[in-house]
Amino acid sequence: MAHGILGLMRPLRRGLSTSRARLVLLWAVTEPRQSPAKLWAERGFSSSQGIQDGPGQSRSEDEVTVHFINRDGERLTTTAKEGQSLLEVVVNHNLAIDGFGACEGTLACSTCHLIFDKEAFQKLGAISDEELDMLDLAYGLTDTSRLGCQVCVKKSMDGLTVRVPMDVADMRKQVEVGKQSKQ
Amino acid sequence: RWLSSPAPPPRVCVVGSGPAGFYTAQHILKHHGGALVDIYEKLPVPFGLVRFGVAPDHPEVKNVINTFTQTARSERCAYYGNVTVGRDVTVPELQQAYHAVVLSYGAEDNRVLGIPGENLPGVYSARAFVGWYNGLPENQDLKPDLSCETALILGHGNVALDIARILLSPLQLLRKTDITDSSLAALACSKVKRVWLVGRRGPLQVAFTIKELREMINLPGTRAVLDPADFTGLESAVKDAPRPRKRLTELMIKTALEKPVETQAAAAGAAAPREWGLKFQRSPQEVLPSADGRRPRGIRMALTRLEGSGDSAKAIPTGDVEELECGLVLSSIGYRSLPLDPAVPFDSQRGVIPNSSGRVEGVPGLYCSGWVKRGPTGVIITTMNDSFDTAQSVLEDLQGGVLDVSPSREGFGLVESILHSRGVRPVSFSDWEKIDAAEVARGKAAGKPREKIVDPVEMLQIIGH
Repeated sequence: MAHGILGLMRPLRRGLSTSRARLVLLWAVTEPRQSPAKLWAERGFSSSQGIQDGPGQSRSEDEVTVHFINRDGERLTTTAKEGQSLLEVVVNHNLAIDGFGACEGTLACSTCHLIFDKEAFQKLGAISDEELDMLDLAYGLTDTSRLGCQVCVKKSMDGLTVRVPMDVADMRKQVEVGKQSKQ
Repeated sequence: RWLSSPAPPPRVCVVGSGPAGFYTAQHILKHHGGALVDIYEKLPVPFGLVRFGVAPDHPEVKNVINTFTQTARSERCAYYGNVTVGRDVTVPELQQAYHAVVLSYGAEDNRVLGIPGENLPGVYSARAFVGWYNGLPENQDLKPDLSCETALILGHGNVALDIARILLSPLQLLRKTDITDSSLAALACSKVKRVWLVGRRGPLQVAFTIKELREMINLPGTRAVLDPADFTGLESAVKDAPRPRKRLTELMIKTALEKPVETQAAAAGAAAPREWGLKFQRSPQEVLPSADGRRPRGIRMALTRLEGSGDSAKAIPTGDVEELECGLVLSSIGYRSLPLDPAVPFDSQRGVIPNSSGRVEGVPGLYCSGWVKRGPTGVIITTMNDSFDTAQSVLEDLQGGVLDVSPSREGFGLVESILHSRGVRPVSFSDWEKIDAAEVARGKAAGKPREKIVDPVEMLQIIGH
């Protein structure tokens, strides 16, 4: 059973990073009609060109590589366009970060909270009172925290690594059930 | 071939379609490749406090409805509105139909003051007032009396600030929101021009958050009345406090020390600005009635001193009292959950279902999430994290065999016949989408995002039930 699914996916997984393969699996097995999957398809998944591109190979539009360290420690790597907010990057690439961006970038929540390393943080643009107000409500707030919807990708950020903070409740290991085998 | 499997799919039932219900459902569906989740809701319409609690002038907070809608429309999820669990179908019956049942039905009641005069006309719970202006069917007959000049809100949380803001907002701002037409009409005739927010403890114990406070300070046509004496010495007290508490306190101090700034409306020669203010260390003792006993004329409060500091500080009466004149009293001291079904343990003291990481104590297969699990505080992210925590428990129990999914369960197949025998006809998600479309269409003419339908009978008529 498990082999069946992975077998079908094998040609597609070649050339994709593991995290993307997992996302593909999730899409195919679970929710074929949800719009993030549609976005994924529109991003070139269905074209052979997209499959053959490995991560880190930049195309002319998506120049900047960004790494997100997820709550379970997994590194999600993607490429982004200059000017996109980090929230847009997560949404457009359907990265598997639970609950990210609840208010859709309108500074009405703190679910796109990201932690930067010190040097990267200092190079970011100024933070507004409005962003600080919402950041103040974030779990695991640090001195190098920002809201992803307020930070826009710049070419100089190529190779940026950001961390998704642990939530107060989320201290146990993530449980994935039935993703690689049908129950 | 990979679609067939020896074991039947786990069937999960979620009771309540607010953020807790939807985030719990979402997390289970996302992290389990085969689970089927059914969400039950007592009203015809979904979304709970996102629809009925979030203030009309905070539409961005309601964006979560988009992700909930995606979940409800997804293949392995179904929504059943107009079903009151505990009456139309019991929890034991749900446990027969599903492998796991998650209770996410929130807090539909409120804490009471327990003081004389609390039941006078003109004294309302914040919960009922918010339900009134947000179109919650059970609060449509509230008819709050807004014919007095001074309103007093007991409580220093975000709900108190929401109500103050709705009472004092310029009408032209409210007109463009999804506030109900009838409450807009009532507010248009309102004489309220002064709102006091009264709390038992001090500025360092306020429960509201900085965004809402800033919004109130910047509300056009109003001015903030804060007594600098209330903030003596606090600047240094918060010097080393965590940033959120520090910034919040500094904003209050700054506002208290600034000369009252009159915003554009007053400067342009309009009527005197409406006022709002914070009063601290005052505990309500009695709502004093007017001569005819038909409304409040004021409130008598005990002055308190603080014992301890920070969140755990306690307010101790000093023996001194003070009277404050007002014609409208809103009690905003907290929501409260109610027990749903005799089969479900309930801690009446704390107002929650006893649980451990969302697993209901002593009842395998029963879980809870949201306010009924944790208590009625927090914003959407709090409930989101909490719901994921409960969903993790369900997933762990599915994976670890604690939940036995080998007996196949019928899910809605079983519930449907029970409901039918009781004359209950559920509302589907696509039914809701018809109601949604009708509300949006009605709102369009008035330049509002929607005109909420407030009568469940009318909702059912629209969908042909």
